[in-house]
Amino acid sequence: MTTARTVLTIAAVTLREASRRRVLLALAVLTVALLGLSGWGFSRLAAESLTSGEARLTASILLNLVMFGYSLVAALGTAFLAGPTLSGETESGIALSMLARPIRRSAFLLGKWLGLVAFGSGFVVIAGLAQILVVRATVDYWPPEPATALALLAAQTTVLLTLTVLLATVISPMASGVVAVGLFCTTWVAGVVGAIGESLGNDAVARVGSVSRMLLPTDGLWRGAMNAFQDPSAIVEFGGADQGAGAFPFLSMAPLTLTYLAWAAVWVAMVWGLAATSFVRKDL
Amino acid sequence: MGTGVDGGAGIRAAADLVAGLPPAPAAWCTGLRKRYRRRTAVEDVSLQVGRGEIVGLLGPNGAGKTTVIKMLLGLVRPDAGEAMLLGRQVADPAARARVGYLPELFRYQPWLTAAEVLALHGRLSGAGVPAAEQQACLSLVGLSGRDGDRVGGFSKGMQQRLGLAVALVARPEFVVLDEPTSALDPLGRADVRDIVLELRSRNVAVLLNSHLIGEVERVCDRVVVLDRGRVAASGTLAELLGQRELRLQLTELSPAARARLEATGHVEREGDWLTVAVPADDDGTVAPDLVRDLVALGVRVHAVEPVRISLEERLLGILRDGAASRSAGER
Repeated sequence: MTTARTVLTIAAVTLREASRRRVLLALAVLTVALLGLSGWGFSRLAAESLTSGEARLTASILLNLVMFGYSLVAALGTAFLAGPTLSGETESGIALSMLARPIRRSAFLLGKWLGLVAFGSGFVVIAGLAQILVVRATVDYWPPEPATALALLAAQTTVLLTLTVLLATVISPMASGVVAVGLFCTTWVAGVVGAIGESLGNDAVARVGSVSRMLLPTDGLWRGAMNAFQDPSAIVEFGGADQGAGAFPFLSMAPLTLTYLAWAAVWVAMVWGLAATSFVRKDL
Repeated sequence: MGTGVDGGAGIRAAADLVAGLPPAPAAWCTGLRKRYRRRTAVEDVSLQVGRGEIVGLLGPNGAGKTTVIKMLLGLVRPDAGEAMLLGRQVADPAARARVGYLPELFRYQPWLTAAEVLALHGRLSGAGVPAAEQQACLSLVGLSGRDGDRVGGFSKGMQQRLGLAVALVARPEFVVLDEPTSALDPLGRADVRDIVLELRSRNVAVLLNSHLIGEVERVCDRVVVLDRGRVAASGTLAELLGQRELRLQLTELSPAARARLEATGHVEREGDWLTVAVPADDDGTVAPDLVRDLVALGVRVHAVEPVRISLEERLLGILRDGAASRSAGER
């Protein structure tokens, strides 16, 4: 069997698992609830008498807040899906008969990863797009770069689930989900702390954010996504980057650099490589 | 020109020679060793399963049987030694293209149906098995009519039957069955026995690890006994069970008659009953000759019973001998 066919077969099985295990259904219900709730919130907002600048600022912040909700759902969903599907299959013995087939373990892992990436990214892109449309219908706000923003959200999900895949090759399914989500939240908090440091001009505190964004690029990509969702005038409305807007967790000061995106890609390749090395050497 | 003709003839001769070689064994390994931290699971295990041969793997719990199987299938990396499947190095995934495996820990995707599990394994094997053949495979293991049911709702016995179908689905030339009847009822065990015998008739080799010694004795051509990670004994059933005995009930036993008995083999006495070990190379004349001579020596012969040692007794003997020599070594 060719490696490409193996990868696609395993990816398809992983997607089928997500749908048959009702993960898809659960996410769909959550998304519809979140869309309904935010739609109601945004429509109430439209009823307030705000200036056009204030309305854009509020819409930007709220959109970023709701999108953070989706990225958290995607993070939790994929993290807790990746653990059971990889280390769970190894523990339960399902992997034994599969890996005794004439397939490379790296191809098996790539298939699992690809299925999870398709699932996680597919979710944030579809849910995110629906949310943008809801915002447009209720408060007539359209983000400046919706495609970039959704792509960055998908990239953030990919980064987190690559980490979960690595963890799932070395620790138990439950622990891998807990550690991945824990690290995701820690990096987000470190990012907020770093932004506060930046707005206060405290280099040492600001470095916390920069270092954490290098170690785990989820927060960096998230900030890039926020920047593409929010109205460019929002920061000025909030008083400018120097006046404390940077410290606000649901506004981002600058778009992502190409260097950072390249680093995120290298990071994913490196962590996937580590996961493959660990999985290939594993005794089942 | 002449050189060209000679060279061509040489290559043809070499090709003929290679074509004439017997096919590589279904499985072959030498010097396999595996340690988990400080504990040695397998030490210097070498074995071979010929084409179309059924080999039983026996041994107590923790003897290393499953580890040996997993090393043969490339699921566990040996610390030392070499293993080949159907003529290819185990490290090459293609070596497993014609290998079927039923693990001791059999679990299949509970969210898939039985037919979907078989289709998945058919695809992964690259054998391109048509749906009708997959269906036939399910019928063979007694799961016809359950192909559309989710595996999650199957009993353990049904899951083991499904595992057997998975092992057989990709037209294997070598099948590894690790405790294939652990969850099956007596009827299921008989089915497995029939399937194994049917595989042999199609020249498919089988490596069978089972605790049910009777099962192994009935179907296996050869047996490998593992004890504490080492090969304690191996051979055909005839070689392993070659030692037989005669039980005789005798009275009026004279010293000359006793000497005649001892000339045959080791004698044990319990009242009128005597047990005489029969030499392994007996061609069927030992018992009648002995009885004739004893009668000629004036002994009254009340009963003569041939005793065949069962594989179970032999296995226990091998394991006890191993334990005894180990404790002697420790002293």
